[in-house]
Amino acid sequence: MMGAQQVLQWVVLLPAMAIPLLLLARHYPNIREGVSLLASITLFALVTMLYRDFTAGGSAEAVWIAIMPGLEISFRVDALGVLFALVASFLWIVTTLYAIGYMRAHAEDNQTRFYVFFAVSIASVMAIAFSANLFTLFIFYEMLTLATYPLVTHAGTAKARAGGRTYLTILVGTSIVFFLPAIIATYAISGSLTFTPGGVFAADTSPVLLGALLVLFIFGIGKAAIMPFHRWLPAAMVAPTPVSSLLHAVAVVKAGVFSVIKVGALIFGLDTLAGLWSTDLLLYLCAFTVIVASLVAMRQDNLKARLAYSTVSQLSYMTAGVLLATSTGLLGSSMHIAMHALGKITLFFCAGAILVAAHKSDISQMRGLGRQMPFTMMAFFVGSLSIIGLPPTGGTWSKWYLITGSLEADQLALVIVLMLSSLLNIAYLLPIPLRAFFPGEAHPVEGPVGIREAPLPSLIAIGITSLMCLLLFLFPQRLYDLASAVGG
Amino acid sequence: MVHLPVLQVVIPLMAAPALLLLNRPWQSWLLTCLVTITAFAISVSLLGTVYSTGTISYELGGWEPPWGIEYRIDLLSAYVLLIVSGVAALVAVASRQGLDADVATDKQPTLYVLYCLCLAGLLGIVATGDLFNVFVFLEISSLSTYALIAMGPHRRALWASYQYLVVGTIGATFLLIGIGFIYSLTGTLNMQDIAARLPLVDADRTVHTAFAFIVVGVCLKLALFPLHFWLPNAYTYAPSIVTAFLAATSTKVAVYLLIRLHYSIFGANFALDVLPLNLLFLILGLAGVFAASLVAVQQPNVKRLFAYSSIAQIGYMIVGLGLGTVIGLQATLLHLFNHALMKGALFLAIAGVVYRVGGSDLAHFAGLGRLMPWTMAAIVIGGLSLIGVPLTVGFISKWYLVLGAIEAGLWPVAGLVLIASVLALFYVWRIVEVAYFESPTALTESAREAPLGMLLATWVLVGANIYFGIDTELTRQTSELAAQHLMGGQP
Repeated sequence: MMGAQQVLQWVVLLPAMAIPLLLLARHYPNIREGVSLLASITLFALVTMLYRDFTAGGSAEAVWIAIMPGLEISFRVDALGVLFALVASFLWIVTTLYAIGYMRAHAEDNQTRFYVFFAVSIASVMAIAFSANLFTLFIFYEMLTLATYPLVTHAGTAKARAGGRTYLTILVGTSIVFFLPAIIATYAISGSLTFTPGGVFAADTSPVLLGALLVLFIFGIGKAAIMPFHRWLPAAMVAPTPVSSLLHAVAVVKAGVFSVIKVGALIFGLDTLAGLWSTDLLLYLCAFTVIVASLVAMRQDNLKARLAYSTVSQLSYMTAGVLLATSTGLLGSSMHIAMHALGKITLFFCAGAILVAAHKSDISQMRGLGRQMPFTMMAFFVGSLSIIGLPPTGGTWSKWYLITGSLEADQLALVIVLMLSSLLNIAYLLPIPLRAFFPGEAHPVEGPVGIREAPLPSLIAIGITSLMCLLLFLFPQRLYDLASAVGG
Repeated sequence: MVHLPVLQVVIPLMAAPALLLLNRPWQSWLLTCLVTITAFAISVSLLGTVYSTGTISYELGGWEPPWGIEYRIDLLSAYVLLIVSGVAALVAVASRQGLDADVATDKQPTLYVLYCLCLAGLLGIVATGDLFNVFVFLEISSLSTYALIAMGPHRRALWASYQYLVVGTIGATFLLIGIGFIYSLTGTLNMQDIAARLPLVDADRTVHTAFAFIVVGVCLKLALFPLHFWLPNAYTYAPSIVTAFLAATSTKVAVYLLIRLHYSIFGANFALDVLPLNLLFLILGLAGVFAASLVAVQQPNVKRLFAYSSIAQIGYMIVGLGLGTVIGLQATLLHLFNHALMKGALFLAIAGVVYRVGGSDLAHFAGLGRLMPWTMAAIVIGGLSLIGVPLTVGFISKWYLVLGAIEAGLWPVAGLVLIASVLALFYVWRIVEVAYFESPTALTESAREAPLGMLLATWVLVGANIYFGIDTELTRQTSELAAQHLMGGQP
């Protein structure tokens, strides 16, 4: 039995160590995919061990190297990190399963490159999740951007190239122009970048300066996709579906929200946050993003584009939850990381399955598809409910706490925005499965259609995630315990 | 070994006539490698000695300074000697095949002669403690550089060389005029002696004139915007191997010279009451960063693109000086070292492309991501370092520069420095997109991976880009101590 500290090291190293094996097995697809699957399962087992250790009261730490005095690459296990790592590593297994079906059915080129950069991305995500200071977080935040770039541009077409350009420009641009100076200034002002409950700033730090720093941080964490820095997310949809599902519904965007939570709760501290001049302004910007992104989503006919804008809107829920600067808001945001991840990955899986099995990517062509793909469309329905926040799905709980948090913080406007957004979610998500099953008189289904679903591994993956959406409604206790320990 | 400070210069200097007599391509290459590697070994040992026993003062010919010539190796000199001789050795290793693309075989021995002369000049500038010696070595390195550039494969190399000759001569003349003024005031040429006597001189105006001549003269050599116009042509048309050598060493030595003359002779706070030099450095540095980066984004030729990028990077070093603080100066010193590693790696990789494909236009890179994976990976990593991505040396430079700006309260400077790094992303990514997204054309389809020798040298530099981005002990500590030393006003 390894000590928690070793496990922590392995969690970061393991996905990276799969890379040479993947390269060795590049001519043997079965072995290559086997290695991927094995690595993901092992990783999840390791993260589970960390979770056990954490709930037993442990807090493992690992220091790698001090790059500059006081600035070291080091890792520490905490509640939010465990939560994020559990979600990401679990969904890596599912996504690998899904990808095996999808990439083969779609006959994609360069599959080895795909699996290699996928592993690098997951390694970066694990390092982000357990980073013990802002410096470490930034290093792997940048690495994640670069490691996902070859995945976004996987197709190699002119469209992929243009999408990749937007992706890189916005993510690297915001991180260098806003995030990095905010970090350096934090270091210059407080002398520390270590995540500390209650924040790192001395009580007498100028609030005007801190308010400006908060603006830099929120805009700098471009992965949280607050407007006007959201364009990279729709641009990233040129990627193969497994990438869109795991990275652009879960890992990359949640790394953004994760960073926002860390900065809000452990660099500023909720008390400091509540008193800054910019907090409310940024909160309203989040509300604006929630509504506008939903409206844009309604106008998208391409399914993946619609889902992408829906993600933009949902990410601002979580950023807003932090900016409420109450523990309930923080709880809601942290829970929503898991809930939204499961819901949205289900929807993306379904979008990919429809593309592979029926070769359709536009919503207008999906009427009556329920006959042909009943299982996929049922899963889509469940995922939609979870995104909207309706029982019997897990999304209900996180939305509940976000709204309670808004009420506690006396932000009635935000309550209204969240409610309105739920209505908009219903309007742009639910018609898709409903019209698939009930195309209406005007669109008769032509001829007898047999069931033609996506390949079996993909279907299993879809089944697992939609089942999880339902289970988390019934058994949210463990998630709640983790999420409520985030601020402390 | 007490004679190491002078051997550092004398070995390459003596190697030049020996190479001339030898006059065989292959043997000349071997000897050059041997000489440059020896020079590197000496610089390593010098740095170790300086660390353990402090500044080394060597009396040339046993004549005591200030009458005789003194070679003086302090932390700053040892640090610059290390990077210059290190890159020179790696470039020499790569030059075996790398020259074939650009220089006819019968001319290669001459090139090695000039190479060693140039290196001797550069090392001499850094090692000497005598002001007139600086001028002599500057001329040695400059004259051999003009000839090196003129050996480029296109006829335009001659024009580029001539242009540089004119500008370089003006720069050297200015420097000489400045030195003359100082000699007339103090009656000595030993730098330490000058530093001790200058404050006692009451001819303020003459000292200021000397200072102005020296600064402008050196700034011409280091291609500070707007005195940079000779550099893009020189880098573009020189043989690729020569470009790699010059880009990593000659402007760095010029920056060293500026720091040495400004801080060690005149003192950190000299002339600030009559001349807002720091503000001037900040403005010119930033203007250079932006102007050159914006031009780089539009260049159709990759060598020229990185030449403009070099001007931009020199701008960063000048901004560091303009901050006027210890951290700012440290950032300059760090970037001096780090930028040599980046540009060395990038230009060597480009030399590999020129060798295999026959040119360095963007079109020559189409589809190379697949055909020359290691070379292109080197360009990607070198480019990331240029942008300042964490875990590369570029990040360390940028961190200190921005930290310096923030601590000096100059927020706009910090912002502008970072915005400019995004421009680096644009020009680096133009190459990446062509190499990885376009399919090979008739021009490139027969390309293979660069020869092993070149690849090895390139990847040692790429490795150094990453190694010194993670283990910053050596560069950080040396630059910090050197910066404190210089700012403290002691010579």
